[in-house]
Amino acid sequence: MESILPYLINGVSVGGQFALIAIGYTLVYGILRLINFAHGDVFMVAGLVMVYTTTAMPFYIALPLVCIATVALGFVIERVAYRPLRTAPRMSLMISAIGVSYLIQNLAFYITGGVAQPVVNPIPWISDNITLFGQSTKRVTLVTPLLTILLVAALVYLINHTKMGMAMRAAARDFETAQLMGIKINSVISMTFVIGSFLAAVGAMLFFTNSPSVTITSGSMPGLKAFVAAVFGGIGSIPGAVVGAFIIGLCEELIKGLGYTTFSDAFTFALLIAVLCVKPTGLFGEKVTDKV
Amino acid sequence: MLKIEKLFVAYGGIQALRGIDLEVPDGKIVTLIGANGAGKSTTLRTISGLVKAGSGSIQWNGKELLGQSIDKIVEQGIALSPEGRRVFADMTVLENLKIGAYLRKDKAQIEKDIQWIYELFPRLKERSWQLAGTLSGGEQQMLAVGRALMSRPRLLMLDEPSLGLAPLVVQDIFKIIQQINRQGMTVLLVEQNANMALKIADLAYVMETGRITLQGTGRELLANEKVKEAYLGKHAK
Repeated sequence: MESILPYLINGVSVGGQFALIAIGYTLVYGILRLINFAHGDVFMVAGLVMVYTTTAMPFYIALPLVCIATVALGFVIERVAYRPLRTAPRMSLMISAIGVSYLIQNLAFYITGGVAQPVVNPIPWISDNITLFGQSTKRVTLVTPLLTILLVAALVYLINHTKMGMAMRAAARDFETAQLMGIKINSVISMTFVIGSFLAAVGAMLFFTNSPSVTITSGSMPGLKAFVAAVFGGIGSIPGAVVGAFIIGLCEELIKGLGYTTFSDAFTFALLIAVLCVKPTGLFGEKVTDKV
Repeated sequence: MLKIEKLFVAYGGIQALRGIDLEVPDGKIVTLIGANGAGKSTTLRTISGLVKAGSGSIQWNGKELLGQSIDKIVEQGIALSPEGRRVFADMTVLENLKIGAYLRKDKAQIEKDIQWIYELFPRLKERSWQLAGTLSGGEQQMLAVGRALMSRPRLLMLDEPSLGLAPLVVQDIFKIIQQINRQGMTVLLVEQNANMALKIADLAYVMETGRITLQGTGRELLANEKVKEAYLGKHAK
């Protein structure tokens, strides 16, 4: 039984990483009703930028640079690929998102030559090995859930207690009326992409610290699972995304702990199907109400 | 003063406004009446910038509004309380009022204005911490008006404030519209309830399929045979 404990700890850590990505999905969905398929690739780019910058410069410059580059990427994607489609049918927006996803992967292929970029110079301190309950693990396993909770708390505060947060909530509820209050809808949308990308950047730094290399498809699996987490928790809901991510992280690692590693991915997607069949609005999803 | 000249608006292929001319003098209550689809709401939505005009002009104290962004128009003192109230259902009454003052930075005055709204609508004060979605229709309408007032507009535009409300509640709302007007607020009121609207209006316009077909003082139109027949019903005398 004690052998399950490290898996639990690992699960919480993986859950934290998923949570940081899942928030990006859920925030954007909440405002634009768009599944931003490019979000997983933004996560991957953050990993690539980390690999390149940490080998070229000290960490105190490299890590902020990763955040800035990722945020800039998210901002530009919205500006170039989504904003011109603001009044277009939602399907066009979705196709645009899929296009951006492949575009980013292909650009990454061009830059890396399709070769996996090894994480040769991982972030110090958090990549140190520590012994936890008799098991050796990296310190990042402990840091991830703590940092996640801290960032989520900050985000919840921002949304509930600041003017920008109030504008985000208003825009998520009713675009037009929000505009009548004088809210600049484009700045609010940009802001959600900035926040989502920033959290994805932090998630990527934690994730790839624990990973041997970054490839151009590195963002797909974590992205997909974070998306499942967001749907499971109720897409559009921030607490939902976080709780969903932790549950999925824990379940996956527990399944591995029980010796069924092969099935851990399958479990996640089976869960998605089950949720969509039984409770499509997810754990904390809002009921679909007509905006009248 | 708001002055609209030869305003044309089209949605897709449908011509919603076919060259309307309209004036809203300062300090007056001006009403726009007409049947469903006559273009009343479109007029208000074009003034506030939600709808793009094809051609024409909307002058606000001599400045052209067409082409300006919605937030700039709000900033210049024009607020719209939209049709169907559209309060933010998952925010509290107080938050709804605060978001009405989104563009303002004078915090102390905002607090005073919230108290002013609570004096106008004591019911809202009682329900300050309640989610707006749990209010009755009448209370939501009061909140929608209060929210629009929180931007401290010089022109308050109300789109169908009587929609779906009980007659007594409608009377309350109209009394408050008059009260706000006496405090100096210019009001542009769109109504299907022509009888009530004409009674409180200084000036009135009748719209039919995108055109203004009649205009006059509220009293003149109340007495007009055509208006009586088309909008007031046989029994209105």
